Amino acid sequence: MLRIDCPWCGPRDETEFRYGGQADVFYPEDPSSLDDAAWAEYVFVRGNPKGWFAERWVHVAGCRRWFNTERHTVTYEFREAAP
Amino acid sequence: MRFVFDGREHIAEPGDTLAAALLRNGVRIVATSLYAGRPRGVFGIGAEEPNAYVHVDSGGGETMLRATQVEVYDGLRARSLAGKGDLGTEPDTARYDKTHAHCDVLVVGAGPAGLAAALAAGASGARVILADEQPALGGGLLGARALLDGAPAADWLAAAAARLAAMPEVRVLPRTTVTGYHDHNYLTAVERRADCLADPPPHMARQRLWHIRARQVVLAAGAHERPIAFADNDRPGVMLAGAAASYAWRHGVLPGRRAVVFGAHDGALVAARDLADAGVEVAALADVRDGSVVVGTEADADGVLTAALIAPLGADGRPAGAPERVGCDLLAVSGGWDPAVHLCSQSGGRLAWSDEVAAFVPATSAQQERSVGAARGTFDLAAALAEGSDAGAQAAEATGFQGSGAELPTVESVPMDRQSPADERPFGAGRALAGRPPAAFFCVEPADEAAAGRVFVDLQRDATLRDLRRAVGAGMTSSEHVKRYTTIGTAADQGRTSGVLAVGLLANVLGRSMTDVGTTTYRPPYTPMSFALLAGRDRGRLADPERITALHAWHEARGAPFEDVGQWKRPWYFPQPGETGQPQDTMEQAVLRECRAAREDVAAMDASTLGKIELQGADVGEFLDRIYTGVFSALKVGRCKYGVMCAADGMVLDDGTVSRLSEGRWLMTTTTGNAGVVLDWLEEWLQTEWPSLDVRCTSVTEQWATVALVGPRSREVLAGLAPDLDVSNESFRFMDFREAEVAGLPARVFRISFSGELAYEINTPSWYGLALWQAVMAAGVTPYGTETMHVLRAEKGFVIVGQETDGTVTPQDLGMGWAVSKKKPDFVGKRSHQRADTARAGRKQLVGLLPDDARTVLAEGAQLVTGPPPTPPTPTHGHVTSSYRSAALERPFALAMVIDGAARHGETLYAVDGDQVTPVTVVEPVRYDKEGARRDG
Repeated sequence: MLRIDCPWCGPRDETEFRYGGQADVFYPEDPSSLDDAAWAEYVFVRGNPKGWFAERWVHVAGCRRWFNTERHTVTYEFREAAP
Repeated sequence: MRFVFDGREHIAEPGDTLAAALLRNGVRIVATSLYAGRPRGVFGIGAEEPNAYVHVDSGGGETMLRATQVEVYDGLRARSLAGKGDLGTEPDTARYDKTHAHCDVLVVGAGPAGLAAALAAGASGARVILADEQPALGGGLLGARALLDGAPAADWLAAAAARLAAMPEVRVLPRTTVTGYHDHNYLTAVERRADCLADPPPHMARQRLWHIRARQVVLAAGAHERPIAFADNDRPGVMLAGAAASYAWRHGVLPGRRAVVFGAHDGALVAARDLADAGVEVAALADVRDGSVVVGTEADADGVLTAALIAPLGADGRPAGAPERVGCDLLAVSGGWDPAVHLCSQSGGRLAWSDEVAAFVPATSAQQERSVGAARGTFDLAAALAEGSDAGAQAAEATGFQGSGAELPTVESVPMDRQSPADERPFGAGRALAGRPPAAFFCVEPADEAAAGRVFVDLQRDATLRDLRRAVGAGMTSSEHVKRYTTIGTAADQGRTSGVLAVGLLANVLGRSMTDVGTTTYRPPYTPMSFALLAGRDRGRLADPERITALHAWHEARGAPFEDVGQWKRPWYFPQPGETGQPQDTMEQAVLRECRAAREDVAAMDASTLGKIELQGADVGEFLDRIYTGVFSALKVGRCKYGVMCAADGMVLDDGTVSRLSEGRWLMTTTTGNAGVVLDWLEEWLQTEWPSLDVRCTSVTEQWATVALVGPRSREVLAGLAPDLDVSNESFRFMDFREAEVAGLPARVFRISFSGELAYEINTPSWYGLALWQAVMAAGVTPYGTETMHVLRAEKGFVIVGQETDGTVTPQDLGMGWAVSKKKPDFVGKRSHQRADTARAGRKQLVGLLPDDARTVLAEGAQLVTGPPPTPPTPTHGHVTSSYRSAALERPFALAMVIDGAARHGETLYAVDGDQVTPVTVVEPVRYDKEGARRDG
């Protein structure tokens, strides 16, 4: 069970959180201007690195707020979380 | 203490394990092996035991327990097993608890190193948990002969226990096995509380599952003795040497009268000395390092050991020359000590072979842990104490406490040159320990190939040297492959006495190093744990929370069966006297009656479980325009609108209505099972993409009770209940919302219909819910449940998200393009509706189905094919999503998702449900009141 630092509530057990996937995947400014490939990139394609990965979590069973953090996908170590 | 084993009563002494008590009573055969059916005796003294697995019938009963770890109590009843357990047929009625704990330092194992670590960490003021699987603290010091501070070890143990008990931040957990080392220093442990008691108090949980988050962990789990394999090494009487000596000195039980000791390291000599000093005649000592090995054994008619065959070892590492026969009833074997590296390995730490101690030892740490004492290959008592103390102080310092180490005792070992009282031969001059290095020796090669099938590598699996050679012959070179091919290490003992043997044999055959071959992966749990413990109290009704509405008691009193929708209990139907037969017959009669009432008269349903989310703020309209496929910003105060929301991939996520309560207050309804998902969805977009929007949302599902009043007479009933409300069709239009007093209660009334009939959804604060419902019922309204609701909506072709849809269905697939705005520049999912795959022909579309025989109610989930009889392979053309018997249509009907279904009305398909094939006609999904004439009553 991971121990995750919520930037508002402090360290809590993983069961209080829901995973939100890769961070910094922004909703496109104008989806209609994108071709199918570019739109599919936004909807379906995510990184899967071995190493540090910027990702989102939401403290669903706590303050219900979203935040970004970095996690090492091999060691599961976390780096400083940001709202 | 009296106990019964295999139907025979025996006497035990306090502190006996079942294994000790059986040896005390001369019971040599305690089990039969799983595949070979050979008799087996007690082999070890702890968790490493491969043979003596028993079924305990007394207490709550439990199977596949190690006799070496079962504490005897007065009245214990147990029986031997033939290699596998007996699953009970009765439910386990014992109570199992779970508990959570945080600590600065968790010390696993209360042997000398662990005790020293706990004393050092505890002295610093750190919060410490010390867990040990045995009933008493001490580990390897229990029954040890060394003098600590000039006194027996038991004195020092008692003093150490007293010092720990006096430290307020130290918690000592005996009978507690740490079974798992998970991510971020999260460990699980099993505490056995009532298993050792003849008559446990009723309040006491049988076992407790600990979830421990530790900032630092000290692993002092000790070591397991490793045997050496040779022909017929499985006979009762063959035992680990250190275990044999411990039975003598800890329990006062002699596991034999005349012993042969066979070993590859100094520990075997120590065991031989201890056995001799305890009164066992040590008839011979075979030390691999002196070129002497046991090549086989002899047994009596029962299969019990009578002699060991000892031969010299040739230069090629194989036995050479004729063996000497030495009569014995105990063959004490010790190939070395394997540090208990299980938890270290589970935590991600790597292991490496150490030639110095001839064992795998921890090499790297992946988490905040350190191994000490025998668990890292430090077998010397004084060194283990010092190591433990240092580690405890360091761990405490790492958590911010000032550690100074524990006060350690002086250690005085028993000299080796003592003459054996029984036989002076093995302990003559020159037999001093002198720190000779251990030999990495795993197996005595048998003279002939046939005997290789009797060289047992894994006693519990009956897996032999021949099996291992076969695996290598088949091309296996990885220890993981060999494990799975031979099953060595896969039994309940997880290969504690066989795993390293297999690695050694493999390394020899392949000519590779021990580290290179490596052990197989260690996984939790360290020792087996019961499913009842894992479930704890989360069983039956406590497995998942039950949510009930404010009207629940009324439904129960009326005898309604309940349907689970998410966590909600919803009344399914309301049977009346006269509606009898099998449950499905009762339901059919009740549902047909309820449907008729709703279509022809007036009926009401408890709709409180519908998800309700209130949204407030200046930008709610804009937000809803982005979230829903339709336009909501133009919705006027007092009006309601149906909406569909899609995920970014364009697939339907949920549907419901939105009502504008006032300029800046909106109320959204969601599907019952999806309320949480939708609230999370809204929050995600608001927080992560559009934080500038002035919108706040909160769940109000539990705050309101909702009564759906349905049917041509519903207006008349509402008028009677709400005399001040103008219910005329002109004033209170379809999709209007009004605040009113209904039955004298404050209420919000929405003219929303999920049945096609004239209908109202009356909401009142939950605490008035029952009063509202009772007032509605008093007006002569028929109550109906979820099944009737389903039939009514399906007759109208209304979909239920999650029933017609499955995450691969667009609004267009459902024929609901009308709910998707063409004018809005964007909404979540819009761009995906233009993707080639979502716009293509050949997608499944919503249709109605009419079974041709007008009798069969199709099975939901049945596949639809084009020709009878279906001969595989038959491509599917779709599947049935909803299927009911309709009172209004006077026949069964169904909804289905069919490939290109919108263009296939009139076509015949065949619904396949197991052996039953039913021809059906594809029709449009709306089967009732297509013109919508009934909506206004």
